[in-house]
Parts: sequence; C-alpha cells; structure tokens
Amino acid sequence: MAEAARAAQTAPLLAVRDLEGWYGESHVLHGIDFEVQEGEIVTLLGRNGAGKTTTLKAIMGILPRRSGSVQLSGRELIALPSRTIARAGIAICPEERGIFSSLSVEENLMLPPRVLPGGLSVERIYELFPNLRERLSSQGTKLSGGEQQMLAIGRILRTGAKLLLLDEPTEGLAPVIVQQIGRTISQLKREGFTIVLVEQNFRFATSVADRHYVVETGKVIDMIPNADLDANIDRLHSYLGV
Amino acid sequence: MFELLGIPPQALFGQLLLGLINGSFYAMLSLGLAVIFGLLNIINFAHGAQYMMGAFVAWMLGNYLGLGYWWALVIAPVVVGASGIVIERLMLSRLYHLDHLYGLLLTFGLALIIQGLFRNAYGVSGMPYTAPPVLAGGQNLGFMFLPNYRAWVVVASLVACFGTWFLIEKTRLGAYLRAATENPTLVGAFGINVPRLITLTYGFGVGLAAFAGVLAAPIYSVNPNMGADLIIVVFAVVVIGGMGSIMGAIVTGFGLGIIEGLTRVFYPEGSAVVIFVIMALVLLVKPQGLFGRPV
Repeated sequence: MAEAARAAQTAPLLAVRDLEGWYGESHVLHGIDFEVQEGEIVTLLGRNGAGKTTTLKAIMGILPRRSGSVQLSGRELIALPSRTIARAGIAICPEERGIFSSLSVEENLMLPPRVLPGGLSVERIYELFPNLRERLSSQGTKLSGGEQQMLAIGRILRTGAKLLLLDEPTEGLAPVIVQQIGRTISQLKREGFTIVLVEQNFRFATSVADRHYVVETGKVIDMIPNADLDANIDRLHSYLGV
Repeated sequence: MFELLGIPPQALFGQLLLGLINGSFYAMLSLGLAVIFGLLNIINFAHGAQYMMGAFVAWMLGNYLGLGYWWALVIAPVVVGASGIVIERLMLSRLYHLDHLYGLLLTFGLALIIQGLFRNAYGVSGMPYTAPPVLAGGQNLGFMFLPNYRAWVVVASLVACFGTWFLIEKTRLGAYLRAATENPTLVGAFGINVPRLITLTYGFGVGLAAFAGVLAAPIYSVNPNMGADLIIVVFAVVVIGGMGSIMGAIVTGFGLGIIEGLTRVFYPEGSAVVIFVIMALVLLVKPQGLFGRPV
C-alpha cells in the first residue's frame, strides 16, 4: 500500500481522460478515464463488448475516430497518427496477435523499429521465449498459437517502448503456456515496463496486475487495487457476471 | 545442321530468343504491377503508358539534351517514377478506402490522357532510337545469330527482376513492405510511416516500367501506343501468375514469353492467342493464379 500511495503522488505515465471512440457511426467509448503509474501493471476488465479492446486501439491511435485526452508523461497524443504515438513509446500486442504470414519468425521479431533507446536485446528476448530461437526461419504463422503469442509480445520488447498494451495475451492458450506468459509479464514489470492488460481470464489478471479498472458500456465504472481484491470480490463478480 | 521436328534450328532458337525478350518485358512490367497491387490495392492501368513514357524520356534526353542510352537508363526511371509519386500523392492516395474499381478507372483514364498527349505531340509513326555502339553487332553462336543488344536486354531484365525480388524478400525495407501489404494498420502502429512506404512503392513500380521502356526503345520504335499494345498481354500474365506474387510474376513473365515464342514456331496461327488461352485455363483450374495465395 505504501508503494501505491507513493505512486499516486507522482504524475502518471499514462493518463486517459474522457476518451470517446467510434466505429463508423457506432459510438463505442463514452468517456473512458484511467491512469497508469510508471512500472505498474493495470488491467481493463469487463464483459465482452464493453470497450476494452477499443480503448487500447484508441490509445494507440488505430481507432480512426476518437476524442478526449491520452497523455503519455504529460504529452498529449489524442490527435497524432499511430506511427507518431508508437514513436512516443507505446507498443501494442493486438488481440489477433498480428503475426505476418509473409514474414519469417525472425523478420516478424525484427519488424517493429527501435523507437527509443533501452529496448531489450534480441538475446534477452530469446531468453524470455526460448521457443522462438529454434523457429527463426519458419513462416510466422506456422508457429503454434502460444509461440505466436510469444512472438507478438517479444517483438515489441525490442523497440524501447516503455508502455505495453497487451490485448488478451492468454486467449485460447493451454494452461502451461498461460503460466509462462504470466511469469514473463511479471518479469517485464521487474525490468521496468509499464503494462495495460486487457484480459478475460480473471484469475490470470489477478495473478499479475497491481490494479483493475472495470469497463462497462464504454466507461470505466470502478477501480479495485489487487491488494483489496478479496474484500471486493463479490462486487467484481457482479460486474463481470461470473 | 540438325533439324528438330522439321524446324530449322535457326528458326527455333530465333523464336526462343524473341520469346525470351518479350518475356523480359512481361516479367518487368507484371512485377511492377504485382508490387503496386500488393501494397496499394490499385490495378495500375497506367503501367503501359508509364513504360511508354520511359522510352520517350530516353528519346527526349537523347534528342534535346544529347544524353545517351546509359544516362537514359538511370534518368528516365527516376523522372517517370517521380511523376508516379506526384500521381500517387495527388490522386491515388484518395482512393485507397474505395473499391479496386476506382483505382482502375482513374489509372485507365490517366493512361488515355498520357497516350493522347504523346500522340498529339509526336504522332503515331514512331521514332527511331539507336542502341549504344558498344551493344551493336552480335555473336554467331553457330546454331543462331545473337544480337548483343538483345542479350543485354535479357540480362538487364533478369538483374532488375531478381534485384527487386531480393529487395522485397530479403531486406528490412522489403519486410516492411510485405508486412504493410498484409496489415498496414499494425505496421503503422509500430511506428513505420506507411503512407510514405506506399508512395515510394508506387514510384518504384512506375520507375521499373520506365526502365523497361528504355530497354525497349532500341528494339521497338518509340511510339505512343507501345505500352497500350503490351499492357493487355501483361495483365494476362499477371492473372496467370497470381496478383501480388513477386516470384510468380517473374517466372510467369519469362515462361509465357518463351511459350509464346515456341507457339510461333510450331503453330504460328496460335501465337497471338496462346497467352489468353492459358489465362482462361488457369482461371478455370486455379482462379487465384499459379503462384497466388488462395483467396
């Protein structure tokens, strides 16, 4: 708790204020508010269609129509194109993983350019995900689902981006792979990465995150620190309908 | 001398060489079309006109500025490629969110305008353009006479095609291009300037057409219609090879040139239609093309 209190006093790394977003004519985000301190892992929890993935897309600038405010270390990003937002130091691992089938595993890994100094070395990424090293010349989409997920996470660690947006990294994966990804995410936190995690797997979310924001119909309706989870578990279950 | 199925070897190898030359142009042009279509989703109907512009720029450089063939080989692709960049920035870039048909109609219209302007200024009779002296003459290989310039065209085209293949398949820039062809949004979200990549790709594809045009200038007369005559066959080649496949465009281009040449030897009446017959067969059996990915 002392750590959380201290963090709350410093300016957040990411501050999202009154974020609204549209898919074509349909208004999906109705004023998302949340913030993330440097070095924190924060989840966005909520039912299907609540707007969690859309929130990540809006932060990354790949949702074409959005308004409100997204600040990274005080710099306003809302009106910038996604390539400029990436260069400010945010990287995304999309829900569908986005592994390129016309690129080899190595090309996929090396694709995102370095945007800031201080990214992980390729050697360090192989240490985190040893499976990748053996499959470097394979076609990217020939990997198993778990390996593709490791590749999708691994490739954004090189770039020097300090804020990672991970969209359902455990979706559809075997429990043993989910555990490995969980250990990796905790390791990344120790190495100083800040992570916004969208997750349907509630147990996984509580095993890695510091705080949880609950999203419902395009709004953040509650925030529960992981440390206070037990006291609030019924409230959270009612939000999620589990 | 030996004979093969009653065909004199001079005729056979002569037609094979002609097929290889035609194949060189099919390959270079369909390669440019494939690269452009892959990333821009635009069927570049102006490709033939841009090939013609390459030949004309070479002719103009020689006639007005006294710059020879080798200069033209470098300058014409750059000049025509730059004109392509202007077209992409001003016009094509506004069409990407629309159906293929709009890009096709726009580039078709541009092709008509460009060809009309050149026809108006230079007529249709064609102008001669001579190969550089170093490539004049030829080699007597015993079974056939090989003009040096034609050998050079085949070599230059192979180098251009495999250089392009290497650039796209084996370099970092090529990886950006392939990735952006699959998922431009995500590539942009990694910090890569996709609009600039698209502009440069169109400029490169157009420049490749102009390069082919310069190579063609000493063989065919420099004529405003030279591209229009060729581009229909090239589109058939692209359909056979599969839209968007780099190696497919190269292999199909050379292969069909040779098949066309052989047809001219063994069944001359069929030589004008053989490529279209093959196209129809391929469309029946494998609609995505020989090297295309299933849709």
